[in-house]
Amino acid sequence: MNTLISVANLSKTYASGFRALKDVSLDIRQGEILALLGPNGAGKTTLISIICGIVNPTSGSVIVAGHDIIADYRKTRAMIGLVPQELTTDAFETVWATVSFSRGLFGKKSNPDHIEKILKELSLWDKKDSKIMDLSGGMKRRVLIAKALSHEPEILFLDEPTAGVDVELRKDMWNVVRALQKSGVTIILTTHYIEEAEEIAERVGVINKGEIVVIEEKAALMNKLGKKQLTLELQQTVQSIPAQLRGYDLELSAGGDQLVYTYDTQAERTGITALLSDLSDAGIKFKDLHTTQSSLEEIFVSLVKEGA
Amino acid sequence: MNIQAVKAIYKFEMARAWRTLFQSIVSPVLSTSLYFVVFGSAIGSRITEIDGISYGSFIVPGLIMLSLLTESIANASFGIYFPKFTGTIYELLSAPVSHFEIVLGYVGAAATKSMILGFIILATAGFFVPLQIMHPVWMVAFLVLTSVTFSLFGFIIGIWADGFEKLQIIPMVIITPLVFLGGSFYSINMLPPFWQNVTLFNPVLYLISGFRWSFYEIADVRVETSLAMISFFLAACMLVVWWIFKTGYQVKK
Repeated sequence: MNTLISVANLSKTYASGFRALKDVSLDIRQGEILALLGPNGAGKTTLISIICGIVNPTSGSVIVAGHDIIADYRKTRAMIGLVPQELTTDAFETVWATVSFSRGLFGKKSNPDHIEKILKELSLWDKKDSKIMDLSGGMKRRVLIAKALSHEPEILFLDEPTAGVDVELRKDMWNVVRALQKSGVTIILTTHYIEEAEEIAERVGVINKGEIVVIEEKAALMNKLGKKQLTLELQQTVQSIPAQLRGYDLELSAGGDQLVYTYDTQAERTGITALLSDLSDAGIKFKDLHTTQSSLEEIFVSLVKEGA
Repeated sequence: MNIQAVKAIYKFEMARAWRTLFQSIVSPVLSTSLYFVVFGSAIGSRITEIDGISYGSFIVPGLIMLSLLTESIANASFGIYFPKFTGTIYELLSAPVSHFEIVLGYVGAAATKSMILGFIILATAGFFVPLQIMHPVWMVAFLVLTSVTFSLFGFIIGIWADGFEKLQIIPMVIITPLVFLGGSFYSINMLPPFWQNVTLFNPVLYLISGFRWSFYEIADVRVETSLAMISFFLAACMLVVWWIFKTGYQVKK
């Protein structure tokens, strides 16, 4: 896949002296869904804000489809739709007016059919003549998405799109996102909900303290960093791990009724066969066993901790 | 040039005026009518005429300027301050629009509203006193220049303000006194010589004087001086706006 957005050595130090981004480089591919994961204050929003033109970078460059975001801002910004994190909407305007305004602002001729299509997709059609201030939080979020899509962007940034959003909107939103991706739109979303990244993203980047910790295909990331655990339900309670089993990464749990073995799926040998044979030598019998794979969340937590 | 964007901003801002019709149009017309009743009738019965013009007619240009200045500033400052306040300015900053286009949209709309208001007040005045416009082209020119200049000034205030109080303070504390002391309701020739000289430092005097000249060919200062002063002020505002966008002052982090 082609690189659509190329971020090179991007740094941002705010006037307060806070270094929000430290020499960040990353490539975003055409047509992908990239999730940027990170705790609050990690620099996700700053990164997006720079690409969209809201924040000036301190150093480094961003190239979107071959155009520099500062020198060629008209070209790059026209391609980008942004759904901000905060519910920043007009108050007195109608839904229809504010979405139409966005389209004009991004240089597109008015096209009521397109606006109608977006509003219908986002279940906003029956609210089109309502004042925005009369809408619920979830509806306002939909309005922000509609505004971002009003000018038919090729790139869509969703900054914490599901913060404070109900299940229904979340579903609607992911449907819209998937449909957009099918039509060729590149989607970048930030979140600190790992399930979200797990559910929708193809690649996952982890940001912590202004640095990209890792950026990988979701499956590869989980594979690479994912640890598997083998849990053995013991027939008899064991007080301590026998000496001859010290070489394994073992842990007793459930008060000695369970033995948990952690292993790396990428290793040449998982060591399971040897462990089972050594267990039987040690006279430990088990009645059941199962394996679990660590979720993205656990991977994320371990990555962020390492960085700390 | 992103014409669509300028149109979108302009339309959006004009729509705001229709929504707040009472505040934008009705209230200035009402207050102007009150000035006519109070100043025109009460004081006008004592001061019958100034430079051969009946007092009621004499104050018309000053009254229009009073509304033009305050409304230009109020409209333009609120227009750009409100997106900053609500946070919707993110959209403006992320849009493919140049600074010039942003200013054109906001200031253009604010100036348009002021000009419409100016004409409405002129028409209202026509109900109360006889009017005479000797130089209609110059009258319109002064109206346009003043509206644009003070809308730009309002835009600057809107960017500078970080609270509603700051938004109000310049119009209330500086502009209104300057207009009242700038010869809206009198000719500076009526003042003692010392205060005449002091008044010459009041920039609003030049606006009112030039504007009044286009009506009655009477002026406190030469019309060329008026024109030069307002052009100077326009250029100064443009320079500040240019600087604001260049540095991102109060707008961009």
